[in-house]
Amino acid sequence: MSFLLDDFLIRATLAGIGVALAAAPLGCFVVWRRMAYFGDATAHAAILGVALALAFNLSVFIGVLTVSILMATLVTRLSGRGFAMDTLLGVMAHASLAIGLVAVSFLSGVRVDLMAFLFGDILAVGVSDLAVIWGGAAAVIALISWRWDALLIATMSPELARAGGLDPEREQLVLSVTLAIVVAVALKVVGVILITALLIIPAAAARPLARTPEAMALIAALIASLAAIGGLQMSLWADTPAGPSIVTVAFCIFIASLIAASWRRSRR
Amino acid sequence: MSPLFQTKDLSVRLDGQIVLAHVALSIEPGEIVTIVGPNGSGKSTLLRTIIGAISPESGTLNVRPGLKIGYVPQKLHIDPTLPVTVRRFLSLPVKVASDEADRVLALAGADGLSGKQMSDLSGGQLQRVLLARALLGKPELLILDEATQGLDQRGSAAFYQLIADIRDDVGCAVLMVSHELHVVMASSDRVVCLNGHICCEGHPAHVASAPEYRALFGTGTGGALALYRHEHDHNHDHPNETAE
Repeated sequence: MSFLLDDFLIRATLAGIGVALAAAPLGCFVVWRRMAYFGDATAHAAILGVALALAFNLSVFIGVLTVSILMATLVTRLSGRGFAMDTLLGVMAHASLAIGLVAVSFLSGVRVDLMAFLFGDILAVGVSDLAVIWGGAAAVIALISWRWDALLIATMSPELARAGGLDPEREQLVLSVTLAIVVAVALKVVGVILITALLIIPAAAARPLARTPEAMALIAALIASLAAIGGLQMSLWADTPAGPSIVTVAFCIFIASLIAASWRRSRR
Repeated sequence: MSPLFQTKDLSVRLDGQIVLAHVALSIEPGEIVTIVGPNGSGKSTLLRTIIGAISPESGTLNVRPGLKIGYVPQKLHIDPTLPVTVRRFLSLPVKVASDEADRVLALAGADGLSGKQMSDLSGGQLQRVLLARALLGKPELLILDEATQGLDQRGSAAFYQLIADIRDDVGCAVLMVSHELHVVMASSDRVVCLNGHICCEGHPAHVASAPEYRALFGTGTGGALALYRHEHDHNHDHPNETAE
């Protein structure tokens, strides 16, 4: 078995599928709750996490996870205060990216491959990265399936969730934490810039094909996995950057799904 | 019979502001009570305090132990990107048996909607589905927060009639908030006029003619009484009513 993992392409494919499986169900909630900017803010804050991790000699995964969780909870807190959300999140998303980049530049003596963090470096995934990715993906899938029904009703109506004895803020926290895990895990694969794309494009592509929330999450996971495999092959044969290629393939599937849906509607 | 719940000298503060002051309100089993009041008068806050979503600053709220409350929220916006059927919606977060789902859908006049996508429902259908959901588990108290938002006057009149019919069928008490004074008064046993505190309360005819009520809603609502009487007469022609 282990000789399989010696092949960089197999490691990259497994990494891509691991991230796809975690990002897809969470991405459905990001779409249902209109949290795309929220994803951006959390993902862009990851660069700051990278800078802090390198400055304090911590693992990048831990640094990114910590800063992303802080960002996600900060944004959640602010969202209850009547700020104009899109403006606020736009400010937070880009400010955290900029501050992160500035912070990285202060790290004299450390050579940082910034491009790897911005756009991912999936072909350089090692066996230990794989362990982190699949561990994180398993945690995300476990958290979301455990809270699935509660998350669904809290997404539809916080009031009904509360009337049913649930705490919608706690469910929001579950989503914030899983989002931070996905960001930390996906950093190596697609980089901070494209994490939101990996969250929302498969979910959006799955929407016209699904009639239940579960089906949408499963189809999104399938689409994201196909995009990971297809994007890596494209990268291999056309010598294109891997992360952007994965997102490009996901986008093509999204277009195909839209065309299929409108074709089906016109036949009805 | 003891009341389903009773508040005494209840005050609620939200974001540092006193929203409700010294509210004394109780509701008897099977009673339909409507709270009317201008925007920002604390109507929704009062309902949320009763369902336990907000804790009072002072005073007491005594709820009969084990009281089952069915809650119909002010509005529900389900993003069209979320595919979910009515049947599934009823089973969130607690699974319900199919015959129970059919029973509440029939009670709320929403039969046949079970397999529909929530995002495909019209405003009136959505209200009925929300009402059906609140009827799950046979509540003794139904609480409705501006449940007719987005319905036209004929639609909301039909909805309030449905509420009154359901009360007659299952015997639950109903506590609702409305800004539609004209329509809502017809089906209420008691009207509470709220503006941070209870201004006046009583039989709809009494409240409609009370000076406090006139002061809040102006003389433009003079027609409320006439319409109320008209609707009331109509109700007495109703076969269910004469049988009682």
